[in-house]
Amino acid sequence: MQNALKNPRLLLWLMFAALVLLPFITDALLGRGWVRIVDFAMLYIMLALGLNIVVGYAGLLDLGYIAFFAVGAYCYALTGSPHLALAFPTLFPDGIHLSFLIVLPLAALLAGGFGVLLGAPTLRLRGDYLAIVTLGFGEIIRIFLNNLNAPLNLTNGPQGISRIDPISVAGVSLNSTQNILGITLPSVHLYFYLFLACTALVVLISHRLERSRIGRAWMAIREDEIAATAMGINTRNLKLLAFAMGAMFGGMSGALFAGFQGFVSPESFSLMESVMVLCMVVLGGMGNITGVILGGIVLALLPEILRHSVVPIQQSLFGKTLIDPESLRMLLFGFALIVVMLYRPAGLWPSRLRRRELQTDEAAETI
Amino acid sequence: MNIFLQQIVNGLVQGSVYALVALGYTMVYGILGLINFAHGEVVMVGAMLSLSSLGLLLGWDVSPLLALPLSVIIAMVGCMALGYGIERVAYRPLRHAPRLAPLITAIGISILLQNLAMMIWGRGYHPFPVLFANTTHSFAGAIISDVQIAIVVLAVLIMAGLMTVVHHTRLGRSMRAVAENQHAAQLMGVDINRVISLTFMLGSALAAIAGLMVSANYGLAHYYMGFLLGLKAFTAAVLGGIGNLRGAMLGGLLLGLIESLGAGYIGDLTGGFLGSNYQDVFAFFVLIAVLVFRPSGLLGERIAERA
Repeated sequence: MQNALKNPRLLLWLMFAALVLLPFITDALLGRGWVRIVDFAMLYIMLALGLNIVVGYAGLLDLGYIAFFAVGAYCYALTGSPHLALAFPTLFPDGIHLSFLIVLPLAALLAGGFGVLLGAPTLRLRGDYLAIVTLGFGEIIRIFLNNLNAPLNLTNGPQGISRIDPISVAGVSLNSTQNILGITLPSVHLYFYLFLACTALVVLISHRLERSRIGRAWMAIREDEIAATAMGINTRNLKLLAFAMGAMFGGMSGALFAGFQGFVSPESFSLMESVMVLCMVVLGGMGNITGVILGGIVLALLPEILRHSVVPIQQSLFGKTLIDPESLRMLLFGFALIVVMLYRPAGLWPSRLRRRELQTDEAAETI
Repeated sequence: MNIFLQQIVNGLVQGSVYALVALGYTMVYGILGLINFAHGEVVMVGAMLSLSSLGLLLGWDVSPLLALPLSVIIAMVGCMALGYGIERVAYRPLRHAPRLAPLITAIGISILLQNLAMMIWGRGYHPFPVLFANTTHSFAGAIISDVQIAIVVLAVLIMAGLMTVVHHTRLGRSMRAVAENQHAAQLMGVDINRVISLTFMLGSALAAIAGLMVSANYGLAHYYMGFLLGLKAFTAAVLGGIGNLRGAMLGGLLLGLIESLGAGYIGDLTGGFLGSNYQDVFAFFVLIAVLVFRPSGLLGERIAERA
């Protein structure tokens, strides 16, 4: 058994088997609702991995990352619902209803375009300015989504867009129960496998990028931009590329979110969501894929665990609910950000390189 | 009624509040070179504290003439303690850490304060009590109220006071010295930690007053008000040249004017396509434009002036 665990290929197969069985195990142990929660966790992991490229690899603090998620989600919502008929009744009498396989890359490309749009004016800025500008950018997108319902109803304002087509792959709608080889696969299971495939793709791309020339250049920029420029790295293009790549993953995740949820509204894209994704990256360990995935899982499941534990515990202790789980979650986030930065600045599961960089000046001098 | 003049008046009132908050950002930036991300929340806490103490004092039948200054003092003291605490907890341990670290702790503090405020004061809007008859004056076709006049006058007085402190007192001299060169200042016998703490407290005291002004101007306060206000005040500080006190004042007033004129005329400019509900977008566009075309801000070069 000891040797078996040391064999990386076998370990990989074991993990794969566990992931394939995960929805069935969750369904059997905790119920169908939790499979849905696991699905959402996968979306968050994708988001966190995307942000990891920007923050973790290239060292650019992006506080408006959720805007790209919004771009992807609205891209799918507009092309996959009858809503556009309201704005352009003659052009699209019942909406566009593009195939999912076209919309997914489209959403990713559109979000990537927005990433470049945001990146271009901010290239010369130092870290803290960049944080504020990206934050402002996220707010601009949200304000536009909220207000672009008049005079031309593009986004339907705060009400959001509903009746979005479910995702269908190869003619099979994921909103139905399927029977394959005598195994019944409910809708949430089907979505799980789709999200799993997409997450695996994102992990693969991230992993390959990390070891590539581009990845090493990003890390060089993160460590010391001036030195990186002196080494002949085109910092402008590479920073733009980091923004675009991160945004593309965000857009992809957004499109999946819109199809899964069947409804989008500006409320889902608030600053707090950006902060939550940032928390996943920071707590998990900036620049380390395994760490970021861990952070994504923990933080995506945390609200659900709190919802199921905080209220009953308080009820039994005090007889009433003093703190609602939502504010407790935010309090914990804020607290965790501070504590992690003070005592474990490289995250719970840091990458080796990042840990070295985040040590204080005095410590670095002794190396 | 003259719409142009009215928007100018509104912009000046709003701008003086921005200027006061922007001073807090710019002072900390001048000394530590970091953006105090949690400053907006300090403004919110100031507004909430002053409203709560005002309500309490009025409930005890204290005359409004006495209750108002008392509540301002309570809010200022509370915010100064808060500012001191924020610096001690979130910034001081990370003074030599990479830039990303204090920024992330600041976001943490910001979330923490927002949610604590929500738990203490609730999610609702808190109305500002009517203390005096708020008469309005008509002035060349524009309308200005007593509260608005008081805000502008008070803001000007406070800013003049701050300039005196920075340029003509021992504390101000050490602040300028630390801003110029921390190590050299330390060698000259300046207690850096004390100066930094005092700077945070000074900025927080200004934030408390600004918080009260905002809630008096709009007639309400709520737990989420600090976020947008902080962002705009930061924009004002960048517009004027961050680290520069006069720049923060100028930037605040300019941003207030841009915002109110923009909101007043955007409908006409875009043929009714975009309405005044886009008011909040202006600040961000100004921010991006300044950072692209003149990152040092309007008064950015006069480095010797900064405090």
